[in-house]
Amino acid sequence: MEMVNVTIDGQQLEVPKTATVLEAVQRAGIKIPTLCYHPELRPEGACRVCMVEVEGARSLVASCVYPVSDGIVVRTNTAAVREARRMVVELLLANHPPDCFTCARNLNCELQTIAADLGLRKVRFEGERKSIPIDANNPSLVRDQEKCILCGRCIRACSERQGVNVYSFVHRGFNTNVAPAFETGLDEAPCTFCGQCAAVCPTAAIVEKDDTAAVWRAISDPTKHVVVQTAPAVRVALGEALGMGPGSIVTGKMVAALRDLGFDRVFDTDFSADLTIMEEGHEFIGRLSNGGKLPMITSCSPGWVNFIEIMYPDLLDHLSTAKSPQQMFGALVKTYYAEKSGINPKDIVSVSVMPCTAKKAEAAREEMNSSGYQDVDYVLTTRELARMIKAAGIDFSKLAAEQFDAPLGISTGAAVIFGATGGVMEAALRTVAEVVTGKELESLDFHAVRGLTGVREAEVPVGDLKVKVAVAHTLANARKLLDRIRNGQADYHFIEIMACPGGCIGGGGQPYSTSCDIRQKRIDSIYECDQCSSLRKSHENPAIKELYETWLGKPLGEKSHHLLHTHYHQQKRG
Amino acid sequence: MQHIRAHVLICAGTGCTASGAKRVEAALQEELAKKGLDKEIKIVETGCHGFCEAGPLVIVYPEGTFYVRVQEEDVPELVESHLYKGRIVERLLYKEPVTHESVPNYNDLSFYKKQQRMVLANCGHINPEVIGDYIASGGYEALAKALTGMSPTEVVAEVKKSGLRGRGGGGFPTGMKWGFTQNAVGDKKYVVCNADEGDPGAFMDRSVLEGDPHRVIEGMAICGYAIGADEGYLYVRAEYPLAIKRLRIAIDQAEEMGLLGENIFGSGFNFRLKIKEGAGAFVCGEETALLASIEGKRGMPRPRPPFPAISGLWGKPTNINNVETFANIPQIINKGSAWYASIGTEKSKGTKVFALTGRINHTGLAEVPMGISMREIIFDIGGGIIGGKKFKAVQIGGPSGGCLPEQLLDLPVDYDSLIQVGAMMGSGGLVVMDETTCMVDLAKFFLAFTQAESCGKCTPCREGTKRMLEILNRITEGNGKEGDIELLEEMSRNIKNTALCGLGQTAPNPVLSTLRYFRNEYEAHITEKRCPAGACSALTGYSITELCKGCGLCKKSCPVEAISGEIKGRHNINSEACIKCGACIAKCPFKAIIKG
Amino acid sequence: MKTIEDLKRMREQFQAENSLRQAGGIQVIVGMGTCGIAAGAREVMTSILDEIAKRKLQNVIVRQTGCIGMCEQEVLVDVVRPGEPRITYGKVTADDVSQIIGEHVVNGRIVEKLVVGKITD
Repeated sequence: MEMVNVTIDGQQLEVPKTATVLEAVQRAGIKIPTLCYHPELRPEGACRVCMVEVEGARSLVASCVYPVSDGIVVRTNTAAVREARRMVVELLLANHPPDCFTCARNLNCELQTIAADLGLRKVRFEGERKSIPIDANNPSLVRDQEKCILCGRCIRACSERQGVNVYSFVHRGFNTNVAPAFETGLDEAPCTFCGQCAAVCPTAAIVEKDDTAAVWRAISDPTKHVVVQTAPAVRVALGEALGMGPGSIVTGKMVAALRDLGFDRVFDTDFSADLTIMEEGHEFIGRLSNGGKLPMITSCSPGWVNFIEIMYPDLLDHLSTAKSPQQMFGALVKTYYAEKSGINPKDIVSVSVMPCTAKKAEAAREEMNSSGYQDVDYVLTTRELARMIKAAGIDFSKLAAEQFDAPLGISTGAAVIFGATGGVMEAALRTVAEVVTGKELESLDFHAVRGLTGVREAEVPVGDLKVKVAVAHTLANARKLLDRIRNGQADYHFIEIMACPGGCIGGGGQPYSTSCDIRQKRIDSIYECDQCSSLRKSHENPAIKELYETWLGKPLGEKSHHLLHTHYHQQKRG
Repeated sequence: MQHIRAHVLICAGTGCTASGAKRVEAALQEELAKKGLDKEIKIVETGCHGFCEAGPLVIVYPEGTFYVRVQEEDVPELVESHLYKGRIVERLLYKEPVTHESVPNYNDLSFYKKQQRMVLANCGHINPEVIGDYIASGGYEALAKALTGMSPTEVVAEVKKSGLRGRGGGGFPTGMKWGFTQNAVGDKKYVVCNADEGDPGAFMDRSVLEGDPHRVIEGMAICGYAIGADEGYLYVRAEYPLAIKRLRIAIDQAEEMGLLGENIFGSGFNFRLKIKEGAGAFVCGEETALLASIEGKRGMPRPRPPFPAISGLWGKPTNINNVETFANIPQIINKGSAWYASIGTEKSKGTKVFALTGRINHTGLAEVPMGISMREIIFDIGGGIIGGKKFKAVQIGGPSGGCLPEQLLDLPVDYDSLIQVGAMMGSGGLVVMDETTCMVDLAKFFLAFTQAESCGKCTPCREGTKRMLEILNRITEGNGKEGDIELLEEMSRNIKNTALCGLGQTAPNPVLSTLRYFRNEYEAHITEKRCPAGACSALTGYSITELCKGCGLCKKSCPVEAISGEIKGRHNINSEACIKCGACIAKCPFKAIIKG
Repeated sequence: MKTIEDLKRMREQFQAENSLRQAGGIQVIVGMGTCGIAAGAREVMTSILDEIAKRKLQNVIVRQTGCIGMCEQEVLVDVVRPGEPRITYGKVTADDVSQIIGEHVVNGRIVEKLVVGKITD
């Protein structure tokens, strides 16, 4: 790589020729405040917080977009720079609601942090503040544009990362705002509710819809039997929101905390992930042998399901009819579990903890009531659960590990890897290969489908057949695969698609500041959980075997069809 | 076929069209036909003469008689008297505002005497919808000369030597810009003409496009040859429908004649032009926002570098100049850089077209050599201040520029002198103000404009101009506070230093420059709650002087019954109740009511 | 159009069409006062225009003027060739036009029998 010499605050160093001043400054170990900048999104130079002095430049420059050049001399801490940064932040605060105490991002807000770091003590402007109604017409996300600082990260995340393009700037001057086309709510826009916009938002302008109050009410209601399921990706991220390092595996502490919160039963979505593999795996085998629609595509990620229903309705018959683990779980809790434990399903409140905002919308789908009730009553994101734990005064890091309740808490390593991109594919391959061939696999690790490359392909021998598979994460990458399917250029048998970067561990409901490094650490922990499991194949899960033997019959049987499978339809939005 | 003995040129620019030129033309056609003169007299629609204040303008050749403010009811007399009998219609001639003398001939007008019309040479004299008129004036000879006798590098060198600087505002040397794009590596390059003229009161580019579209097309084609581009875009705001129509006609005609298209003049050079209509966002005049807009995106500027010369339209090397810059090119190639460089000052060459507006007698377009004094432009060409009022200041450079007070009237008008005194050349809008203009109010006007037109991308421009505007508002409403001036200065300094694009970086200029020359007016508003110009209604009181004869007219005219008094006795205004509508002043026959 | 020569030819052609807007050229001036019109000036004017068109003359400017006080001599027609005295013809009829144009305008030979005045600048 070609390098150039730069001088930063008197410090000389070599940086790649293609670096920005911000990157060079960071290499020099100096921290510059940033707001619109996001390391994984194209820099825009919009907020003007990261201003620095460059010798010879006519004015200050935005370090996030200014390219280095050989011999460039940069100063990051001059009187002019300090004054400029303070002015910019003061201007942002002047047009921001002063309700930090009661804000969803209190103590977790980038604007608040910068204002504190710069030591701003007074906002001298007392003029008009923008007034825009809150958009809360959907089950997943709440947009409060009065808290928006117009950094544009949501726009870029939605377009660059997800290829969905819901947001754009609208209006001019002081009236500039971010909104879907025609300024509709997200419910009318082609939004998938993936929540990546919320994940990158520096303030509380876009947050998950908070369902904690309803869950607290259910817990306090003595007539209700409140059960909770936790998704695979939650256990490797929850700790981050409670003061622990990225990727900390906190499964046992999480179970203990959920019991402390007052849930009557603490179950695991991993159980139904194993069940998903049984149903979806057999569906795949069926399509392979009966000339069904191929490639078959996974359907666990509700952001992804929304995406294909909105953008590619012509390809819907590629989707597996298997419900997502959350919804399979929900259907079983109010039928199988209710029967087994002798509890009236109408008294059961079914709660899930998910890394995902789209799961809230999934649970609210009309057809998700095969138990005769809404299968999943409330969906909490990882962030919401962390808030409940804090509110309950639980000292999370000191909790002793506890075990999930049986039987819906029993799972295998194949289920936990659902949390990482490629995991569903790997889990499916473990089961499909053994079911088809009847032989035990030598190695359970399918490295070709792991990793963070946007689209990954592999050929996996299953008996005589070479099964061609592909894995994609983020919807922008999904689009690439779908376009190839549409054009008849894709000869895959099986595709896994996850809406979020890195899969569920990078979901829109995960603790804030998800970066590539943090995602990798969470993924590493996911595979560590798998390695440490005594059972690593879904079809070997004893609780699943018992479920089929005593109650369901066989995969794709009539009961399965009724409870565990669903159908899809075009969504006409935007 | 009959011999045509007379041409009647009717200005069909936007200004004259607005004042009734089309109705005059229709009446003229009808009247000529009625008199049987329609075969021997030709009506020619032209572009703008720049003397819009006196429109609709009609010139009759061969005499060259210049008629002003011609209305359709004047047409029968004009035909009967001038076109039938050869007698000039005295009452329709222009009368000089000072001497009140009639001026029958175009070139004798004081408005034109000090002008040096090069870019505007054809405007008003040719039919912009007939390519032959342009060719007759020597049109496309520069293109022919460049394509058949000069290498691209020679063309760039010639433009460099001419000293031409960008006429859009920044004043960057045009030849250097061309050189950057010429040297940039790219399989495809573009020429873009910025015709998104948006400064309040500026209409130079519109007039050029309406009056002489081929000149701009020729300039762009020469640029395309020089930098190696085979495609160009004209970005014209959609509010200029006439300019767009004439450009379309001109492009079609040029293509038909082979002056655009493949293998022009057998040189192997291909060049095609497209028009992109802008939706009227001021910020799209900023080059990176303009390019985004052509690409179909929201017109928002992006940080530079990379400059468009390296990565412009669709990521390809792109040369962007404004209309007037391109319109200068053909004559530089035709007459040579030495000739061009002999006009103007040491560092500002050639002429500049200004749009004169505001409290000035001759509103219109003036093209003058660089280095002329502002006094000559305003008083000799512009005919001085309306109603004999006192000159106060002139705003130059629009919302990005600054004002020049009386003591700077003799400053030579060139890029560098203007920057030194806190103004800028800008695109050429001149807004003249007299003693009744409040300078705080003026700053407020321009800031309200930039605030409304800010693209909203960067914080200082979006939020900062809003807060500055709010401070100016409270000052003009009598609620200014101690420290407001200093706060305005601090904000101006930081907005200039941090805004993303030129619009934001220059937005505080009107405030800074009025503070520089008229700080006492700000102070009077803040500390004395007084508007020295008597313009800020919240700070203006009305009172009745001893000239009052007690006629009672004011009392009757007052809509809020704020005036009391007996007939034949001096009346009185209750300032609490007064809403400062001014109705009483208008009614008073004795000029007994004063404002201030 | 493929060459500079094409362009130049075209320029000349278009220039001719607009020549009356340039100074210079031969002027034919018809007296269009009330007396002139009464004496038939309009018919004379029309035949002058027809004659010029018929002969495809370029660079001839036809103008009018008011009464110059020789009412009994109307219709009056002046011919001015650049650099030559202004010749005034009197009692011109439509029939005389062809001769004035053919002789004087085209060939510079004054039609003496019709001359009533001569003005040298």
